[in-house]
Amino acid sequence: MVKKSLALLKGNGAFVFFCFTIWLAYLQPKHSFAQNLDTSKVTQLKEVRINEYRLSRQNLSPAALQILTAADLKRINSLSVADAVRYFSGVQLKDYGGIGGLKTVNIRSMGTNHTAVFYDGIALGNAQNGQVDLGKYSLDNLEEIALLSGQNNELLQPAKAYAAASAIYLRTKTPSFTEGKNYTLSANFKTGDFGLINPSVTYQLQLNQQISASLSTEYLKANGRYKFRYTNGVYDTTAVRNNGDLERFRVETGIFGKLKNEGEWRAQLYASTSARGLPGAIVANRFDYNQRIWDRDLFIQGNVKQPLNDKLALLLNAKLSHNYTRFVDPEYVTINGFLDNRFNEREGYFSAALSYQLNKFWTTAFSTDYQYQDLDANIYRFAYPNRHTFLNVLSAAIKTDRLEVQGNLLSTTVIDQVQLYGSGGNKQIFSPTVLFSYKVLPKANLRLRGFYKDIFRMPTFNDLYYTFIGNTLLKPEFTKQYDIGLTYFKPFKSAKLLPLELQADVYYNQVKDKIIAQPGANLIRWIMYNIGRVDIKGLELNAKSGFKIGEDMIVGTSLNYTYQQALDVTSVTDDNYRHQIPYIPKHSGSFLTKIDYKNWKLNYSFIYTGARYNQKANIIYNYMEPWYTHDAAIGYQFKIAKQSLNLNAEVNNVLNQYYDVIPNFPMPGRNYRITLNFKI
Amino acid sequence: MKLKHFTYLFCLVLLVASCRKEPQPLPQEETRVTAEPNAVVKGFYLVNEGNMNMNKASLDYLDLVTGVYKRNLYSQVNPEVTKGLGDVGNDIAIYGAKLYVVVNVSNKVEVLNAKSGKRIGQIDLNNCRYITFNNGKAYVSSYLGKVGDANAPNGIVAEIDTTSLTISRMVEVGRQPEEMAVVNGKLYVANSGGYSPPNYENTLSVIDLNSFKEEKRIPIAINLHRVKADKYGDLYITSRGDYYNIPSKLFVFDTNTNQIKKTFDLATSNLAIDDDLAYIYSTEWNYLKGENTISYHMVDIKNEVLLDRKFITDGTEKNIKIPYGIAVNRANKDVYVTDAKDYVTPGRLHCYNAQGRLKWSVTTGDIPAHIAFTN
Repeated sequence: MVKKSLALLKGNGAFVFFCFTIWLAYLQPKHSFAQNLDTSKVTQLKEVRINEYRLSRQNLSPAALQILTAADLKRINSLSVADAVRYFSGVQLKDYGGIGGLKTVNIRSMGTNHTAVFYDGIALGNAQNGQVDLGKYSLDNLEEIALLSGQNNELLQPAKAYAAASAIYLRTKTPSFTEGKNYTLSANFKTGDFGLINPSVTYQLQLNQQISASLSTEYLKANGRYKFRYTNGVYDTTAVRNNGDLERFRVETGIFGKLKNEGEWRAQLYASTSARGLPGAIVANRFDYNQRIWDRDLFIQGNVKQPLNDKLALLLNAKLSHNYTRFVDPEYVTINGFLDNRFNEREGYFSAALSYQLNKFWTTAFSTDYQYQDLDANIYRFAYPNRHTFLNVLSAAIKTDRLEVQGNLLSTTVIDQVQLYGSGGNKQIFSPTVLFSYKVLPKANLRLRGFYKDIFRMPTFNDLYYTFIGNTLLKPEFTKQYDIGLTYFKPFKSAKLLPLELQADVYYNQVKDKIIAQPGANLIRWIMYNIGRVDIKGLELNAKSGFKIGEDMIVGTSLNYTYQQALDVTSVTDDNYRHQIPYIPKHSGSFLTKIDYKNWKLNYSFIYTGARYNQKANIIYNYMEPWYTHDAAIGYQFKIAKQSLNLNAEVNNVLNQYYDVIPNFPMPGRNYRITLNFKI
Repeated sequence: MKLKHFTYLFCLVLLVASCRKEPQPLPQEETRVTAEPNAVVKGFYLVNEGNMNMNKASLDYLDLVTGVYKRNLYSQVNPEVTKGLGDVGNDIAIYGAKLYVVVNVSNKVEVLNAKSGKRIGQIDLNNCRYITFNNGKAYVSSYLGKVGDANAPNGIVAEIDTTSLTISRMVEVGRQPEEMAVVNGKLYVANSGGYSPPNYENTLSVIDLNSFKEEKRIPIAINLHRVKADKYGDLYITSRGDYYNIPSKLFVFDTNTNQIKKTFDLATSNLAIDDDLAYIYSTEWNYLKGENTISYHMVDIKNEVLLDRKFITDGTEKNIKIPYGIAVNRANKDVYVTDAKDYVTPGRLHCYNAQGRLKWSVTTGDIPAHIAFTN
């Protein structure tokens, strides 16, 4: 059986390659088609084109960079940040299904805790379990989602930006105004399956030449009900997901200011509150659950970016946040009633970064961050931990016309304190990173790039202190990344062809002292250990291009493919030695086509996740079938009295494939959504 | 150009067609251990708990006579049962011609034909834990007394008629009841109180099986778990302690006097009683070393003394990562010990002969735990 499934994997690999070839071929004939055009017209257009297509950031970045802009986000079939990141390569989304279900990402197989998520440049913290639920973040107020496997190559950035194996940057919309108007109002209404009602409003106001403000608010309610189906060929059961209801309210406001010498500042407040059911595992004889969760997230943050003179620039960032979570389990009856856990996490953060340009080629920077986090919970034998983290990083970059080299050394000092019981103690760690990007040929936009990054994640408060499970002897979990890749950008002479953008990377990652739960103090409870080792080899391909048909139709396509071999090399004596680690498919990818025709926008996307195993042993009992979804959307834009109106209709999972990402947590089948957007 | 579109479409269709296999019931795998053509005890079932939420409880069967070990038998014999045996198999027993499997998270007791493993029926019971029998009735302990009542922390024991397979009576006991044993028409239930640390229960409930009323609760020690009856009218009861300051212990309880006769300061995770011997293993967490200490012991239950003798004598116990289940063959005195390893990989079943030497080992499902002998 195992052999059979391996053969299947191989088949898929060949198949993906086949697809890629077809895709290239698919683009090819447009080229010849274009040659039939009037040459003078082409030359004429060429002039325009050169200005139009600047080199993309992806092409220049020494670390693999993938971006979805607001325009993309508006038209791809997505409700939250989690849905959108599925289109990136190298990403495995852990999705428990439904609108309220937990959604976290694992980038390049290193584990969820190694991905930092930045909200306007400042990390979203979670000291408790180190994971950010991307399903909580709406796309409504976002300008851009960027994924960096490795790190950002900017020097003027907080030390935090150097401190994670990979990073997702969420950038919110900054106010922008059309000529002669000092405000923008955008109203959205989404509705569809799962009983979804989702209105949102964004209002931006220009107060004066220097200062503008924005207010964005959103309400989301859904009953979360959808059909799912399980079958083994003999039984065939279809049921409706229960306890997936969700109600969430979010408000965000920001003030944005300009300073002299192109300096800028901003101050933001983000508040969101939600109440939801926690849909449980669909296991034999048990489909219905009644556990509930309430969340309240609040943060204020701000930054100032100011060039001080020609050579010196300063960046300050600060944040205060409070997160509250309450979990109630009516099936767990204690002497004080239902299990009712409440967690309060607080965080304070300050960062200062200074960059100095030594000469035309050479820039150095120093960043220093301080972060305070504490956690309060009403659970038995809770330690009440707090953590002070000091990050200091010294970096330098050399930039010539063709070569960019950057290196940095990060120092991390962590001081853990507890009010009760044992503490995890203090840690001091130095982590180096080197990145480069080299333009191979003087004329062509072909760049060779690569990086080496040595970084770690701290054990979370849960890893260290959670009653019965926590182990204060834990060490940090280390990762080493080696990446080498090529980027290629080719604008075509023909006006009918959009530029071709290619990114290809191969990488080798090592995870050591991986923090894993193992049977512990007694046989019901688990305990955290530093025992895992993982060797990861991967390949990522991103290709993007498109063509025009006639004068009005633009077809854009992009293709992502990821190959990952992530082997458990913890111990030669284990039966699962050199088995692929859970939830990592060998092959995964996505394909996106967008067609713009006059006022119409058409989208089609395909996401594929290959076969994988849901536990450590690569055996038939842990095998999970591949899943792939086809999503489509159509949008129409028109103007009524200078106001623009957008209508978007989506159908997700067109072929109604029933699948699980996490076993026994079914994903929705075919579902529909309609969005109405009104902009003044 | 159109042709290319078709090629592309074809490519997609191919993808759709080629990737997912036709769904099939999970296969059964067979391995072989040493055959014993003259075996008196013909074989046994083993239930693998499977990790919570994974729905991987599975049933294995070892035919001692032929030495054929069938792994994951349930899904093959009963492919029509939606999602199979279920989530976290917590106990197994044979009574008469029927095999009972208590599936904790799936809130059910599966009833199978003890010969074929073919399903006869199921009894729904929330958060069910352990099963025992007396006089045509099955008794199942359950953590959850009343569903949705915040003021009902107590558990129950349900009485099941083994012919009609329906619950005939229920009795409220202490919080989070675990194992039970029947001696002289009385059911003894270990109450744990594990949901409300540090306010554990410390009592043994005594239930009169005629009236099915709780007669009394006798204090023993906190967080009780195992209850095994010997042939001398005594119960061997284990306390898990509080995992921090109060250690796990083993008690001998006299059902005639309702008194604790003897206390062994012996961490006890699980035990099996056969003839005049109790076979014991324990796993204890050591805070200083940051690792588990595992030990194996034997107790003479006639004289109630700890023996120097071990039931594993060849040093192979070092290959057991987490002992999780134990059973003794009453005929040839072989000892079966399961290894749950790290809970998330297939476990192992080891067989030791009466002299304590390893006879054979076999790979099981995830978290092999509970054994029920046929005949």
